[in-house]
Amino acid sequence: MTAPISISLEVNGERVDTYVLPRTNLADFVREHLKLTGTHVGCEHGVCGACTVRVNGDIVRACLMLAVQANNASVETIEGLSDSGEIADLQAAFRDRNALQCGFCTPGMLMAAQDLLKQSAEPDREKIREHLSGNYCRCTGYQAIVDAVASTARARVGRAS
Amino acid sequence: MKASAFAYARATSVKNAVELLAAHGDGAKILSGGQSLMPAMNLRLISPELIVDIGELAELRGIVVQGDILTIGALTRHVDLLKSPEIAIHAPLLADAIAHVAHPAIRNRGTIGGSLAHADPASELPACMLALEATIVARGPQGERRIAARDFFTGIYETALSSQELLVAVELPTAPHESTHYFHEFARRHGDYAIVGLAAQAVIRDGRFADLRLGFFAVGDRPLLTAAAHKLINVAISPTALSAALSALDGELDPQGDQQATPAMRRHLARVLLARCVSTLLSRPELCVGGLV
Amino acid sequence: MTTDPGKRDGLSVLDRPNSYIGKTVPRPNLDRLMQGRGLYVSDIELPRMAHVVFLRSPHAHAKIISIESSTAKRMPGVVAVVTGPELAAIITPWVGVLSHLKGLKSAPQSAIATDRVCWQGEAVAAVVANSRAAAEDAAEHILVSYEELDAVTDMSTALDPATPVIHASLGDNLAFERNHDAGTVDQAFANSDEVVEAEFIFGRHTGVTLEPRSVVADWNPAEARLTIYQGTQAPHMVQNIAALHLGLKESQVRVVCKDVGGSFGIKVHIYADEMATYALSKLLRRPVKFVADRVESFNTDIHARDHRCKGKIGVNRDGTITAFEIDDLTGIGPYSMYPRTSAIEANQVVNLVGGPYVTKNYRARARVVFQNKNVMCQYRAVGHPIACSVTEGLVDLAAMKIGMDPVEIRRRNLIADDAYPCASPSGLRFEQLSHHAALAKLINMMDYDALRAKQAVLRAKNIHCGIGIASFIEVTNPSAAFYGVGGAKISSQDGVTVRLDAQGSVICQTSITEQGQGSESLTAQIVGSVLGVSMDRVRVILGDTDNTPYGGGTWASRGAGIGGEAALQATKVLRKNILDVAATILQSTPGELDIVGNSIVNTSDGAPRIELNELARIVYFRPDTLPPGIQPELMATRHFVPREYPFAFTNGVQASWLEVDTDTGFVKLLKHWVVEDCGTIINPQLVDEQIRGGVVQGLGAALFEKCVYDERGQLTNANMADYLVPMSGEMPDIDIGHVVSPTLETELGAKGAGEAGTAGAAAAVANAVNDALQPFGATITEIPLTPQIILTALGRI
Repeated sequence: MTAPISISLEVNGERVDTYVLPRTNLADFVREHLKLTGTHVGCEHGVCGACTVRVNGDIVRACLMLAVQANNASVETIEGLSDSGEIADLQAAFRDRNALQCGFCTPGMLMAAQDLLKQSAEPDREKIREHLSGNYCRCTGYQAIVDAVASTARARVGRAS
Repeated sequence: MKASAFAYARATSVKNAVELLAAHGDGAKILSGGQSLMPAMNLRLISPELIVDIGELAELRGIVVQGDILTIGALTRHVDLLKSPEIAIHAPLLADAIAHVAHPAIRNRGTIGGSLAHADPASELPACMLALEATIVARGPQGERRIAARDFFTGIYETALSSQELLVAVELPTAPHESTHYFHEFARRHGDYAIVGLAAQAVIRDGRFADLRLGFFAVGDRPLLTAAAHKLINVAISPTALSAALSALDGELDPQGDQQATPAMRRHLARVLLARCVSTLLSRPELCVGGLV
Repeated sequence: MTTDPGKRDGLSVLDRPNSYIGKTVPRPNLDRLMQGRGLYVSDIELPRMAHVVFLRSPHAHAKIISIESSTAKRMPGVVAVVTGPELAAIITPWVGVLSHLKGLKSAPQSAIATDRVCWQGEAVAAVVANSRAAAEDAAEHILVSYEELDAVTDMSTALDPATPVIHASLGDNLAFERNHDAGTVDQAFANSDEVVEAEFIFGRHTGVTLEPRSVVADWNPAEARLTIYQGTQAPHMVQNIAALHLGLKESQVRVVCKDVGGSFGIKVHIYADEMATYALSKLLRRPVKFVADRVESFNTDIHARDHRCKGKIGVNRDGTITAFEIDDLTGIGPYSMYPRTSAIEANQVVNLVGGPYVTKNYRARARVVFQNKNVMCQYRAVGHPIACSVTEGLVDLAAMKIGMDPVEIRRRNLIADDAYPCASPSGLRFEQLSHHAALAKLINMMDYDALRAKQAVLRAKNIHCGIGIASFIEVTNPSAAFYGVGGAKISSQDGVTVRLDAQGSVICQTSITEQGQGSESLTAQIVGSVLGVSMDRVRVILGDTDNTPYGGGTWASRGAGIGGEAALQATKVLRKNILDVAATILQSTPGELDIVGNSIVNTSDGAPRIELNELARIVYFRPDTLPPGIQPELMATRHFVPREYPFAFTNGVQASWLEVDTDTGFVKLLKHWVVEDCGTIINPQLVDEQIRGGVVQGLGAALFEKCVYDERGQLTNANMADYLVPMSGEMPDIDIGHVVSPTLETELGAKGAGEAGTAGAAAAVANAVNDALQPFGATITEIPLTPQIILTALGRI
C-alpha cells in the first residue's frame, strides 16, 4: 500500500489525473509533479507559510497536507491566481509599495492577504497583521506588506461603492 | 525533510476506520486535519506504517444542538467553530479560544477531534473541554463510549482512548443563559503555543461567582480544571479571597520547564491569569493591582 | 535635509533632466516574483540530476570509529554513499584565516568530516539518490560508530587550562585576540565623577533565510567544466574557491545566481556541504542538488553574535563621557569560517564601540575562542549590534547615574557635525557624519517631549512604557582593507558593462548581485539617469560569472556605493561614445548635444535630433554611411573601488517606544523611529525598506531570537516553532527620516543602507525596556529580552 495511489483533482482550473506516493505532500506535489514552482518550501513543518495554497477556496499549508488528501479537491496556486487576474490589484499594490524583497515568501503572503480581503472588506492594520501572522517574511519587516494590503482593501471598497 | 514511506487507507466509514485501527494496531495513525501529525511525520519524529485518512467521513462533520446538548463532530474544523452561529450562542468560549489557535491556514485544516486526541498539554481546546464540562464520544471495536473530559486527558499526548478507538464527537452542555466566560493565554507571538493559558466559564450573580470553572493549560502534563475555583464560588471576592484562591492554585500546579519558561515562571503566570480572569469577569480592575500576584 | 551643494562643479550627471536618482520607482523584477515565476535554486532541475542528503553528527564532539553503509547503498534510488576520506580525494581542505588579522588561527576543515566531528550537525557522509526522500530513507540505514569526546561549549571557560583543546595542533582554544588602547583610559576613569560597569550578554542567533541554502552543481566531464547554480552574494568568490579546492582553473568554473530567497550574510560564505556538493558532482559526473532542510539550516547556517562583553564608561556630572573600556569574549564554533574568517565580528566590535562619541580614551580587548557548536561568522551588520548595544547601553547607564536625560547626554558627547574629517576612538577615519542633525530630526519626528509626558501619565496608571535611544555608525563600501589585504580572493572592486543594443535599449552587466535589496533597480536607475534613457530601456544582467564583469557582489552595504559608482562611470563613457557618434551623424559637436528621453537632443533648446534606436540602426547596420575612420564603441566597461577611505561610514539614530507588562514580562513594541544618513539616496523607497527590514531583524535579536544550546553542545531549538523569528503580529510600524551627507569619494555619493537598521534596533529596545523598568530599579543588559529574563530582573520569579 506504499505504492502510488491514483488521484484526480483540479489544479488552477485544469483537471489532473495522476498517481502519487502516499508520503508526497501537496507542496512537493505541485512543485515536483506539476512544476508549479511558485509554491515555495521554507520549513516543511507548517510554520513559515511559504507553501500556502488554496484548497477548495480555503488557504492551507501545502506542506501539512498529503497530495492524496487533495483527491477530488480544487487546488489553486500562485500561478493560478496570477493568471486569472484575481489578485492583479493586490500584486500591483505590492509592487508600488515594494512589499517584497527576495520574493520567497511572497506567493504565500499574497495567498494569505487575498484570503483576508475576501473575508473582511476593510481590515484595520492590526487585523491585517494578525491574519498574516503565520506568514514569515525576513526581508521587509512587514510594514510595506501591511500597507499594500490596506491600500488594496481601500481600493476595493472604493470600487464596490 | 521528507516523511518516511507509509501505506495509506482512505476510511469509508467510522466502522471501516475502527476496523483498520484494530487490524494494524500501534503502527496505524489516524489522519484528521493533519496539522500536528504532518509536521511530526515530515520531521521523521514519527513514522507510522499506515495512515488511516478519515477526512471523507461526512458523518463526523458538523455542529448540532439538541435540547441542551451541543454536539460537535470530530472532523469539525477550527474555522468551522470560529464561524459557527451555534458555537457563538451556546459555547462562545470556544470561539474565543479558537482565535488563539495557530493561524488561519492551520485553522482551515485542523479539527477539534484531532486536537483533542493529540492532547498537547499546551493547546487550547482540551482546557476548554474541561471548562465546558464536555463529554468525549469515542467508537471502538466494542462500540461507542462516552468519556468525561476530566477523565480523558491522561498525560502529555496521552488520552483515555485506546489505540483501537476513534474520537467521533464531543458533547457540550449548552451554556446557561446567564453564563459568561474568559479566555486568555500568554504566548510569545500570535498563534504560538501558550506559555500558560486559561479557559474559564462562569455564572455571576450579584457580583459573585455562582459557578466558576477554570481550565488551565500549559501548566502540567495535561489541562487542569483547578479546584481553586471553589474558593471563589459564592463568596464575596476580596483581595484575601483571591489570595486564598491563588495559593490553592499554586498547590495544584505541576508545570514543566522549557525554552520559554521555567516552572516558577509558569506558576507566576498562572496566578497572574487567575487574578486577571477574576478581575475581568467581575469588572473589578482593583483586584489586579497592588502586588496580589 | 542637509546636502552639500558645494560638492561638485556644475550640474552633476545625477541631476540631469528626468533623472531617476532620488525617486521612488518600482523594481523591474517584481512581477516575476509575485507571480511565482522566479527561479530559485530549489526550482532548478537538470537532466540526470541527483539529490544529496548529508548524514550529520548527533554529537558535538566525537571520533568517527566506523561508518557502515552497505545496506544504505543497496536501497532503492541510491546512487552513492560517500564519506569524508573518499571525498578528500576530490576536494582539498581549507583553513579560514586572514593574514591581516594577526595571530588568527584555525584548523583544516574538510567538506565532510574525515576522522572527527566538531559540532552537532557536521556532515559525516553524503547520500546521493534520485530523490531527496530516497536519500533520507537511505541515510537512516547508515550506521556510524562514534567515540564521544568532551565538548567545549561554554566560551567563558574555553581558555581554562582544565578545558580540553579542540584542535591539539593549535595549542589552545584561542582563535584570535585583539587589544586596543588609545588615549589615557586609566587616568580618565580616575578623574571621572562616576564610573559605571556592566556585562552585556548577547544570544547566539542566525539568519533564517526563508529559502534555505541551496546549490546545484553540474560537472560536465566532456567540457571539463563545473557550473554551480547557487544563491550566493559573491559569485566570483565561489568561483575562485571552488576552482582552488577542486584543482580546476577559474575558467573551468561558472557560478550562476538567479533569484535568491534571502541572504543577510548567510549566503556570503563557503559552507562545507556546498563544497561537498561541488565535489560530488565531479566525482559522480552528473548534476547534484543540495537543498538544506530547515533543521539543517539551523544546525549549519552560520550563527552570529554569541558574545559576552564587559563594558565600562566614565562620566562627569556635566555629562561629559570620559572613556570607554570593553572586554569582549565570543565563541565561534570549532572552525574559523572560510574565507572571510570568524574573527571579523569581534574585530568590528573593537572598531565600533564608542564610535559616535567624542572621547578618544578607549581600551578594548576582544578574544575569540573555539567551541563545539555550529560555526559563527558574518551576519547582517557584522559586530554592529554588539558594539551599539554595549556603547548605547553604557551611555544610558551613565546618564541614569548622573540623572541626565538620555537625549541630553548624547547631545553633549556625539561628534559635532562640523568636526569632520576626524577619527574614531579606535582610529577609524570618518569623512562626514551627521549625528547631531540626525538626533535633532529624530527628536522632532517622535515628539520626544510629548512622549516623555505621556510616559509619565501612563506610569501613574501603572502602565510602564519606555523610550530608548541608540546612535550608531555603520561601516559600508569596504575597500580591499576588509579582505583583500589579508590574502582572501574576495574582490573589493566591482565592474559594470553597458551596451547600447540595436534598438536603442541598454544591456547592463554588473558584478553586484540581487537578493531583493534592489540591486537591479538601482543599477537601472543610475544607468537610465546618466545616459538619458527611460528605465524600461535598461536591462540589467547579474549573477553569472560568465556574463558579468569581475567583482565582489552584494554584501557589507556595498552594492549601491561601489557597484552603483561603477555603473555611473561606465554609463558616462557610453554616453560620451554615443554623443561622439551622434555628432558625426548630425554634423554637430558632442558639446552641442545631449541625450534626453531616449533621444539625442540639442543642448541649447532641447529639440530632438535623432532617436537612439535610429542612431543604433546606423551604427550597427549602416556603418558604411559613417565617415571613414569612425568606429563607434557603443559598449563601455568601468570598475570601481574606493581608494581614499578604507571604508565609508554612515550614521544614524534609532528610537523605540514600548510597553512592558511588569506582571508578565511581556514587551509590546509600540513604535520605532530611525533617522539615517546613507549619503546620496538613489531610491528612497528601497532605502526605507532596507532599513525597516534591517530594524526588524534587530528587533528579532532584541526580543526573540536565540540558538539555545545545552551543556553538551546540542542545539535544542533547531526548528521554526521553537526558534522564534519576528512575525507581523508583534512588529511595530517604523518611521524613517533621512539626513544626506554624500561621500565625496564617488560621484554618486551613495554610502549604503543595508545594515543600518539592524545595527541599532536591539540597543534602542534594550534601552527602552530599562527606561520602562526604572521605577523598579531593574536594569537588564542581556538580549533577547524574554519574559523570563524580565520577570527575573523584576524579582517576580
